[in-house]
Amino acid sequence: MRLEPIANPGLARTTLPPALALLATFGVAAVLALVAGGNPALVFGEIVKGAVGSKFALLETLNRATPLIFTGLAVSVAFRAKLWNIGAEAQLYAGAVVTAVLGTGALPWAAPALLPVLALAAICAGALVLLVPALLKTRFGVDEVVTTLLFNFIFLLFVSYLLDGPLKDPMGMGWPKSARLVAEARLPRIVDGLRLHWGFALALICAAAVWVIDTRTTLGFEMRAVGQNAEAARFAGIPVTAVILKTALLSGGLAALAGYSEVAGLKGALTLDLSPGFGYTGIVVAMLAMLHPLGVIVAALFVAAIFVGADAMSRNIGVPTYIADIMLATALLLMVLAILLTRFRVRRD
Amino acid sequence: MVEPATPETVLRLTGITKRFGAVTANDAVSFALQKGEVIALLGENGAGKTTLMNILFGQYTADEGTVEIFGRQMPPGHPRAALDAGVGMVHQHFTLAGNLTVWENIVLGAQPLGALSLNASAARDKVRALAARFHLKVDPDARVGRLTVGERQRVEILKALYRDARILILDEPTAVLTPQETDALFATLREAIGLGLSIVFISHKLHEVMAISDRVLVLRHGRLVAERATAQTTRHELAALMVGAEVTVPEVAQASPGAPLLSLRRVSTPDSGTAPGLQAVTMTLCAGQITGLAGVSGNGQAALSDLVSGLIAPTSGEMDLAGAPVRGWSPRTALAQGVARIPEDRHKTGTIADFDLTENAILESYASRFSRRGWMDWSGARRFAERLIATYDVRCPGPDIRVRLLSGGNMQKLILGRVLESGARIILANQPVRGLDIGAVSYVHGRLTAARDAGAAVLLISEDLDEITRLSDVIHVISEGRLSPPFARGTMQPQELGIWMSGQRFDEAGHAA
Repeated sequence: MRLEPIANPGLARTTLPPALALLATFGVAAVLALVAGGNPALVFGEIVKGAVGSKFALLETLNRATPLIFTGLAVSVAFRAKLWNIGAEAQLYAGAVVTAVLGTGALPWAAPALLPVLALAAICAGALVLLVPALLKTRFGVDEVVTTLLFNFIFLLFVSYLLDGPLKDPMGMGWPKSARLVAEARLPRIVDGLRLHWGFALALICAAAVWVIDTRTTLGFEMRAVGQNAEAARFAGIPVTAVILKTALLSGGLAALAGYSEVAGLKGALTLDLSPGFGYTGIVVAMLAMLHPLGVIVAALFVAAIFVGADAMSRNIGVPTYIADIMLATALLLMVLAILLTRFRVRRD
Repeated sequence: MVEPATPETVLRLTGITKRFGAVTANDAVSFALQKGEVIALLGENGAGKTTLMNILFGQYTADEGTVEIFGRQMPPGHPRAALDAGVGMVHQHFTLAGNLTVWENIVLGAQPLGALSLNASAARDKVRALAARFHLKVDPDARVGRLTVGERQRVEILKALYRDARILILDEPTAVLTPQETDALFATLREAIGLGLSIVFISHKLHEVMAISDRVLVLRHGRLVAERATAQTTRHELAALMVGAEVTVPEVAQASPGAPLLSLRRVSTPDSGTAPGLQAVTMTLCAGQITGLAGVSGNGQAALSDLVSGLIAPTSGEMDLAGAPVRGWSPRTALAQGVARIPEDRHKTGTIADFDLTENAILESYASRFSRRGWMDWSGARRFAERLIATYDVRCPGPDIRVRLLSGGNMQKLILGRVLESGARIILANQPVRGLDIGAVSYVHGRLTAARDAGAAVLLISEDLDEITRLSDVIHVISEGRLSPPFARGTMQPQELGIWMSGQRFDEAGHAA
């Protein structure tokens, strides 16, 4: 068997392999469900019901998708410019910390002034957190995969220190959490009575904005050029280093908005378990979306639905939620293969 | 055209047909290669030569037809099978790992995958012995990423020889070589023939085809249109067969030089790996003049090219543009000052393969011409690309296709259009016609001389001495980063240039000084 490049892949060639990958993912999950003693049809039914089967379930899925859209966008933006940002987790917490610090009464402003300022402050914090590895990369050639990954652990320990020290909630009865945000610093719900906050809308706006940046702006053109061929970009006079640094600022800022949205929207306080790995799952989301900003929305919804649905399924019929992790891992691996198959044809000889 | 099988037939292709979508790259091609024979495969870019060789070598699977090597039919699509049967291929675009050394590259793939330790010294010795035997000068311990193009090709040839290839396929092998290196390559090939090897030689250079081959096969639009015994044909006939019409070589008239546009005074640049930097180089590029740079590959051409391109700045000496010293030298300032650059490697440096024609067309001018307050003017960019495609005869389905899908000649025409359309005063043309077919070569040369006649200063860097002597009004020779004085057109014999290229004259001058 050999791979042969396809000069001009048609519509079927570009859509069929990813669709089959998803189908195969469910096939693998079905086998696992059987092994776990569940009826696959029932397991999938419960997952779907738990993810989108009721108003509550649907809103839960949208809430879960919100941080994933932000981190997925952060990773997409960076990866497209071949800046391997594995540190969305740290940037998320940077945004969360700044939101908690400034949102607990430090700025005595009304919500219309406070919320944008908090968002901007969070963006700056996340951008700075990624700027350091980006500078180390452009200045000294330090591999950003290593620095951004290790930064995650450093930053989580830093947050742990903050929550046990300066930011510790005096009323928290020893729990590692910050004081609650003032009411003016909370992202309101989009519709009264429904548990969905404006963070979700902000995530959609950001995805559209990234798409516009990619396709319409000079910076987007430069980022794509640097990502596709840095040598040709440098030769053509594109300021490669500056573009990488701008990409880092954008990526870090987007990841930080996930932290902002979780603290100001969902949780109302900074906690140590704010993110169950949203930064890392963002990589899965970005890859599933083939690094396309609008695809990130779809991929984030898909991932969130599986997690939320699997939780509900597990509560109802007792098949472990690990099935969700395995489904995502399978989907990721098969999707990488599917993307390959959109560009190459397999020849059997 | 299929000869009866004789014991000497080492390779036989029968009725090879290969289609890519609607395009038929090879149409029922048949030929046989005899032991100790050199077949030349001629054809324009896109005629299907490389596809045919990729099928022979098992990189592609033919839709129809068979490949027999030493009388044994090859299972289609198995490079390993052809390799094991004794076919070695030297690709036009090298397939080497830049971060490994020469001998590691050569041994790579020839060792069993599970081998825990390489017998490094034995492998190195074998490489060294092969290199000496075939007169292929290369340091086995050098890192391939730091080698020049010419040196990399020697590594490719050694790689094939290391695997005991008995049939050697060379795709455009002389495109990157100097006359001396070409002679050395031909000596190598003749030696190989004497040792019983057989060779398929793909080239555009007719005089080389005439010099080395026994038989010439001419491919046009995927079909074998002619087969000639080399002794019974002429360059002229081959050129006509190849393009399907008579080709006229543009006559280059003498130019009258104008004001100096770029001058270097005792400029030095740092070495880069094994490639030397410039050493106190003094040269002046004048308006309305083509200045040719002759020299053996890897003698500082890259440094001079990078310097003029804006990629590097002088470490010492002075560099003036139109009489004013340059400041903040970078690709962007170079472009702003009217320096047009045709880079040596159009695939890696000149274009972004997965960008479409429009995006590649504006790569150098997007900031100044197709961007307003941070927003791209895509409709303007598209019109610009369409104009380039029309003006520079870029053959393509449209501005939306990826540049990856263009042939080398059309890619180069796109680059040519991109750099000339900006109204350049200084044109750096680094290997502007490497690997192009005759039609594209004369097109590119015509454009360069036209630009000169319109008052541009052209710096032509080439390892093809014919090209240099034919086009240049003034010639400099470069050797180990040192630059010879300028020689006016017609004042230098190729032999004398060769002595300068070898570095001998510089050494004499050094002793005299």
